[in-house]
Amino acid sequence: MPKPILELKDINTYYGMIHAVKGINMEISKGEIVALIGSNGAGKSTTLNTIAGLLKPKKGQIIYDGKDLSHSSAAEIVKMGICLSPEGREVFPDLSVQDNLKLGAFTRKDRAMIQRDYDKVYSLFPRLYERKVQVAKTLSGGEQQMLAIGRALMSDPKVLLLDEPSLGLSPNLVMLIFDLIKDIKKLGVTILLVEQNAKMALKTADRAYVLETGRITLEGTGKQLLTDDNVRKAYLGNI
Amino acid sequence: MILQQVFDGLTLGIVYALIAVGYSLVFGVLRLVNFAHGATYAFGAHIAMVVVVSTNFGLFWAIIISVIMTGLMTMFMDRIALRPLRAKKSKGISALITTIGCSYIIQNALMIVFGSRSKWFPKIFDYGNFQIGNVLVKSTQVGIITVSVVLLLLLTFIVQKTKIGLAMRAVQQNAKAASLMGIDVNRVISFTFFLGGASAAVAGSLISGYYQIVNPQMGFIAGLKAFSAAVLGGIGILHGAVFGGLVVGLAESFAAFYIGGGYRDAVAFIILIVVLIFRPNGLFGKKVIEKV
Repeated sequence: MPKPILELKDINTYYGMIHAVKGINMEISKGEIVALIGSNGAGKSTTLNTIAGLLKPKKGQIIYDGKDLSHSSAAEIVKMGICLSPEGREVFPDLSVQDNLKLGAFTRKDRAMIQRDYDKVYSLFPRLYERKVQVAKTLSGGEQQMLAIGRALMSDPKVLLLDEPSLGLSPNLVMLIFDLIKDIKKLGVTILLVEQNAKMALKTADRAYVLETGRITLEGTGKQLLTDDNVRKAYLGNI
Repeated sequence: MILQQVFDGLTLGIVYALIAVGYSLVFGVLRLVNFAHGATYAFGAHIAMVVVVSTNFGLFWAIIISVIMTGLMTMFMDRIALRPLRAKKSKGISALITTIGCSYIIQNALMIVFGSRSKWFPKIFDYGNFQIGNVLVKSTQVGIITVSVVLLLLLTFIVQKTKIGLAMRAVQQNAKAASLMGIDVNRVISFTFFLGGASAAVAGSLISGYYQIVNPQMGFIAGLKAFSAAVLGGIGILHGAVFGGLVVGLAESFAAFYIGGGYRDAVAFIILIVVLIFRPNGLFGKKVIEKV
């Protein structure tokens, strides 16, 4: 395996008094889609929020591109090329689609490249282009999800963290979002995906980790985990 | 006679608007009523006064120096007293009490340094009076209105058209998402406090230049009235604060003339109470649906 672009070493994170993530080790190589699956409260979002700098790990290291990020602020981490599209979309409700995307590029100064990325995001999500002057709260759930992902892409990330991108979407839209995730991979972006929809996540991902009550219990390629008996029973509804 | 009251009321109202905008800006990003804002206004007036009296820079530069010093003072207040509370995610009420405390610290510091008696302040824009129809227009009033309008337009431009303004609006709507965009939320808050302090300093200097007097307690009633103006218009909404300020100024001017000087301060609050009964979110306020 090539040298990982992002590596978690013995990460421990607390939510107040709750020990939510208990010594996680993960490796993500450049250009991969890695999925992190698990039930509610397993620590998936906590892991992503820790990488993005919203939560500080009590112990452990997050190595990105040879540097330890575990003490960097959320703003510094975005500048270094890791961007989180958070659970629940969290778009700016009273700003236009265009201003939401502009904020995605907040840390960048290279105007020509930013313009290129607007074009890139609008060609990935033509629906956003049609609605670019509308304020975000008037968009449908699926469109808001596209906006949240598009906004994250505007930071020109090397690593994109996606937290529950399919949550609350109709089956058609779920398919669309996962197709888009594959398209984003083709642009050369490494993706770490957290999902409750384990089946879709495992089909899309190159590799995956299973998280249970703050610990990683299984890892493997997407295909291996799709056929694993324990995974099938616990997360795929025993099909 | 009515036109005269309208003109005098607008002069006063535009300055209230300038103070009210400071409340609204800070409330917008922090959901916090900064009760130290009135004392900040008095601080700004005193700095301008001391520069005029003790140097030969003149009033214009005195106000510029005051704007910078007052802006820095409010940033400092946020840095040492309010930011630690945010870092600990303490309840909103703690920050509110802190701003009341800061208000008294600033006011008492002014008393210790300058004494508690009223002091002279040079008249601002003193180019005589002229008559338009039957309205007596003082050059001071024209100057105050011009400066305030320019400043309000500048603040609106900053919030609506600049990159830092976009960051302010982002923090206002979702601070967590703003930090995920790489926005340094604390820096945006500092900048907002600077704008609030700077506009209060200008307002304090203008009003002191109009009445030719400064006093450490001058911020108390002016601050409360501007706060009621901000609430009247819908707190957090800039044009609401401007409109509220004008209403309060006009009401005060009419009350002083038709009812008597004793009621001038009460009228602003009577209007506020009546408006809030019919429009609890203020005149321009939107209905807020609390999400659980």
